[in-house]
Amino acid sequence: MSGVLRIERAGPVMTLQDLGRPGLIGQGVSVGGAADRLALLEAAALLGLARPGASIEMAGSGGTFVATAPMRLALTGAPMRADIDGQALAWNAVHLLSPGQRLTIGGAREGTYGYLTPAGGFDVAPFLGSVSAHLAAGIGGLLRAGVDLPLGEDPHPGAPATRLDVPGRFSGGTVRLMPGPQTDLFDAAVRARFFATPFRRGPQANRQGMELLHDGPGYTTAAASNLASDFIVPGDVQMTGAGAPFVLLCECQTIGGYPRIGTVLAEDLPRLAQAPAGAPIRFRPVSLEEADAVWRDEQEQLAALRARVRPLVRDPHAIRDLLAYQLISGVTCGDDLERT
Amino acid sequence: MNTPPRPRQAELLPLGPDAVIVRFALAAGAQVSGAVQAFSEAARQAAIQGVREVTASLNSVLVRFERRMTSREAIMAALDELLGAEDWLNAPLPEPRRRWRVPALFGGRHGPQLAEAAGLAGVSEARAVREIAGAELRVLAIGFAPGQPYLGLLPENWDFPRQSHLTPEVPAGAVTVAVRQIVLFANASKTGWRQVGLSAFRPFWPERAEPFLLRQGDALRFEPVSENEMDALLANASDGLGGARCEVLG
Repeated sequence: MSGVLRIERAGPVMTLQDLGRPGLIGQGVSVGGAADRLALLEAAALLGLARPGASIEMAGSGGTFVATAPMRLALTGAPMRADIDGQALAWNAVHLLSPGQRLTIGGAREGTYGYLTPAGGFDVAPFLGSVSAHLAAGIGGLLRAGVDLPLGEDPHPGAPATRLDVPGRFSGGTVRLMPGPQTDLFDAAVRARFFATPFRRGPQANRQGMELLHDGPGYTTAAASNLASDFIVPGDVQMTGAGAPFVLLCECQTIGGYPRIGTVLAEDLPRLAQAPAGAPIRFRPVSLEEADAVWRDEQEQLAALRARVRPLVRDPHAIRDLLAYQLISGVTCGDDLERT
Repeated sequence: MNTPPRPRQAELLPLGPDAVIVRFALAAGAQVSGAVQAFSEAARQAAIQGVREVTASLNSVLVRFERRMTSREAIMAALDELLGAEDWLNAPLPEPRRRWRVPALFGGRHGPQLAEAAGLAGVSEARAVREIAGAELRVLAIGFAPGQPYLGLLPENWDFPRQSHLTPEVPAGAVTVAVRQIVLFANASKTGWRQVGLSAFRPFWPERAEPFLLRQGDALRFEPVSENEMDALLANASDGLGGARCEVLG
């Protein structure tokens, strides 16, 4: 029996996300899916899944959860305060939530999007090949308190707990920009100034896009006034109105009329999407050849992550009832701490 | 016999990690829909190895590919060859496979800018409605919102730009005009397009067995209805068809 995951309390923007719906550009629907796709790959690696499943994406803060059946889960993406019945949990790790226990996920310590991924995924009907909410397109909606999400079957229910060392990508930084169809509309001097400018993430940001702030004049092109609406992809940096940069993310419109200076590499989109308000952001230009050379398929990325997964060893100081454990006698299968 | 080399018809440009676009024109209102539609149809039929999606915007064709199966260079080479194979800029629109008839109410409170648009087109309001209803429109592109069609082309006298200010909100189903095109809004939206009418047609409806109704290249005609008829269509909006009918063409 797989049971359900009950949401007792929900943060303000919690949604179900998988890798989205590629192939619907012609119907005006962008790919959507997790804002930080890497976090889903990390969860799949931690849980030993063949491919990424569905997660609860938590923007800014999480919620409170109980399960009606034992449930292995991975916590990835923006690190958030998390505990089970008051016992603090490591982030980027796998934990067991047993019936009667309460999982509490608080605010993000850094970054924006945290992910709770059950090992068996969610047993909910996909729409057009995905369970992702696409808020901009009106597909699915926010997860709210009181919702019961049916859990899928865990393919490895007895697997030992694991952890992953994840290099930080949660406080902004430099992202690489490849040329796009409209890059050449911007004068070389405007482009040079763009790449020399330190930006910071503005207060306006959601799954559709992110406002960037900077001091000084905007980045305009003479072609902007009479440009036909053309295709947009996640990662495009468009110049609205007076030349203020705005980065388009997973739920972007599929076509738009503002000129775009280039496209952030898919490899760097997790860093960008995770940047909290005020975080510093800079752009580094890369050639088309360099962009294509560093690209890696997501299955390949998953395989590389799997090779870095380690057993989760609990810090004895974090175990409240340490003395209750038999620490030396007997033979164990190594996952006792997970079965408490 | 020397054939002069064909002038460059379109630009091949990278878009993100796994797509290229074939751009026939940069400016709005360039009216290259024949080239765009004919080329996208040909690119689809060419079944280029590794291509996952071919779709048209107003001025360009997007080709998205599977990087595990092919490379950007191979896709660009195949598209370049296809570009050289015909005089795309003079290609007619491919024949439609389906034709929609969509009831719409023009003018009055549901078409608050009909008079203004008719003035820009240099005709009376009654003539404007006849010209819109008389045009065999085609779905030139779908986008901005899910399923939302850009329809064209209206007669040449409808070649005026969008208004410079934005209307704070047009409703879902709004029939709007600019640059010889009609946008039928899928959702309530802020826009620079002038609203001349309203339909109860919802091109995207997630709960419907067929969530998306329109396909690129479909033909579409608006059928003017009275306010009473529109009220009835709006009241019975259980399937989002809004009284529209689709005819499959031989």
